[in-house]
Amino acid sequence: MGSSRQSGFLGALHGNLVGGRFLPFMIVVHGLTKSYGPTDAVRDLSFSVKRGEIVGFLGPNGAGKSTTMKILCGYLPADSGEVRIAGFDIFSNSIKARSRIGYLPENVPLYPEMRVGEYLAYRAALKGVRPRRIPEKVEDALELCNLRPVQRQLIGTLSKGYRQRVGLADALVNEPDILILDEPTIGLDPNQIRDIRNLIRSLASRHTILLSSHILSEVEMTCSRVMILNKGQIIASGTPSELRDRSGSSLSGAIRLELLAPEKTAQEKLRKVQGIASVNSLGMKGDWATLEILPSGGDPRVALFEEIVRQGWKLRELSAHEASLEEIFTSLVASASQTSSTTSSRS
Amino acid sequence: MRVFWTLWKREVASAFYTPMAWVILFFLLLVTGFNFYAGVSVLNHGPTEVTVVESFFNTIFFWFAFLLLFPLLTMRLFSEEYRTGTIEPLMTAPVRDAQVVLAKFFGVLFLYCVLWIPTGLYFLIFWWQTRLQAAGAIGAYIGSYLLLLLMGAFYLSIGCFCSSLTRHQITAAVMTFCLVSLVFFASLLSFLSGSIGTLMRSVSISFSPIDQMTEFSRGLYDTRPIIWYLVMTGLFLFLTLQSFQSRRWR
Repeated sequence: MGSSRQSGFLGALHGNLVGGRFLPFMIVVHGLTKSYGPTDAVRDLSFSVKRGEIVGFLGPNGAGKSTTMKILCGYLPADSGEVRIAGFDIFSNSIKARSRIGYLPENVPLYPEMRVGEYLAYRAALKGVRPRRIPEKVEDALELCNLRPVQRQLIGTLSKGYRQRVGLADALVNEPDILILDEPTIGLDPNQIRDIRNLIRSLASRHTILLSSHILSEVEMTCSRVMILNKGQIIASGTPSELRDRSGSSLSGAIRLELLAPEKTAQEKLRKVQGIASVNSLGMKGDWATLEILPSGGDPRVALFEEIVRQGWKLRELSAHEASLEEIFTSLVASASQTSSTTSSRS
Repeated sequence: MRVFWTLWKREVASAFYTPMAWVILFFLLLVTGFNFYAGVSVLNHGPTEVTVVESFFNTIFFWFAFLLLFPLLTMRLFSEEYRTGTIEPLMTAPVRDAQVVLAKFFGVLFLYCVLWIPTGLYFLIFWWQTRLQAAGAIGAYIGSYLLLLLMGAFYLSIGCFCSSLTRHQITAAVMTFCLVSLVFFASLLSFLSGSIGTLMRSVSISFSPIDQMTEFSRGLYDTRPIIWYLVMTGLFLFLTLQSFQSRRWR
């Protein structure tokens, strides 16, 4: 797997590499496979990440997210497949590839006996930052991750939120092209999650980011592209809105209406509107009827509104529940495991 | 080279940040201090054939403390990084496996040398109080400490190897103690049975650290043990590197 080899799939992707100056793809993975004993952690995985993208890896626990990230960072070997980091092969040119990556491992292992500033200076030196520039880079990382108040504290005495930020500051300290963040917000409280999320978004202008999570709303908020992993394979990939469109109906669940109308007539009239499966009454609040409407497919909201206007009723609530990535994710994972179980029972 | 020094500095610093190094230093000084006292008090009972240095480096107290040092010094080296997971950020930084192994080994070797420095004070005190040399000649001091360094390097490399095998510090310590004792006491085989044969007996004696120390602490250097310890240190560092790299294909 020499770096001179520029043929086939990867060669085509790197065709426009001119003296290593311009690379459209910062991460290229092709046919990656890794198994622990008889179980496949990652199966024939291929994807690429463009410069400046924030890509989210999404999947249930054990989907192969962490394994993939460890392989990308050169910590674990793959059984087969190719990985190129900023144009360097992670297996044959590991040191060069690794120097382009800032990695935040899951659970953020740190040396408890070191002080925050000291640890960051050590990591910067390890990552090849020139001695004269280390203090400045450490200052920048401390500033960016809001670590100034704990700069002199022993890492062992820090709270989970601060430890996470130290890990992030470590990943950033040599300003790598690529950030690989494994579950960056796990175990944090809501305020800390918001802080870290904002920080990650603010980093996007300077870095290419690959992050993993099993919290969907998080990926939806931070990432420009989402890859859903299940059992070591990508089962869906796209922007959050594309994924939402792909799952068919953009509405899931019920539409809620509050109308100033007689309950029974309202139910009857609305049931005749196109695209309505059922209309249930949830009771009266004074003169206002509350109805729950299940669509049979598509989006019947406009049709409902037109019917209400035609009847001359007063409307004070029309709310629909848009399918979250959460539901898309659940349905995708369920259908993927269904197909795999049918294929396995067939064989 | 800069990566090596960065790693080495952290190894040495972390040993002194934790109480471990200080506790080991305290007990080593306690035992060797008593050993020195015992050695000097022998002189009070009349003339002897051995110098203070010779008796200091060849008592049961001395060897006992000496053998206990290695598991204590080396058990955390790799095991702790495996267990706490800090090996992951370490090995995803652009560092080579060999740099890590060498930095850990030379870090602990430095610590080991630091532990022996205060024992030199005993001989200074002896000279200051009695105006007598504790050894026959300056070469005896050099010989004693040289052999300590060489044996230390070998046994520490065994410790490195054991620590690189497991994530449990205690397991690493037990393995180190067993292996080091085995190597150390191999020469005692010759006492076990008379049927061992003359050749085996002379071989086992030439590997005896106790006999080697007897010679070196008189200032008589033998090149065979020097080569032996250097080669074996290299061998065990190589094995450590192999075992450390095995995480990539295990």
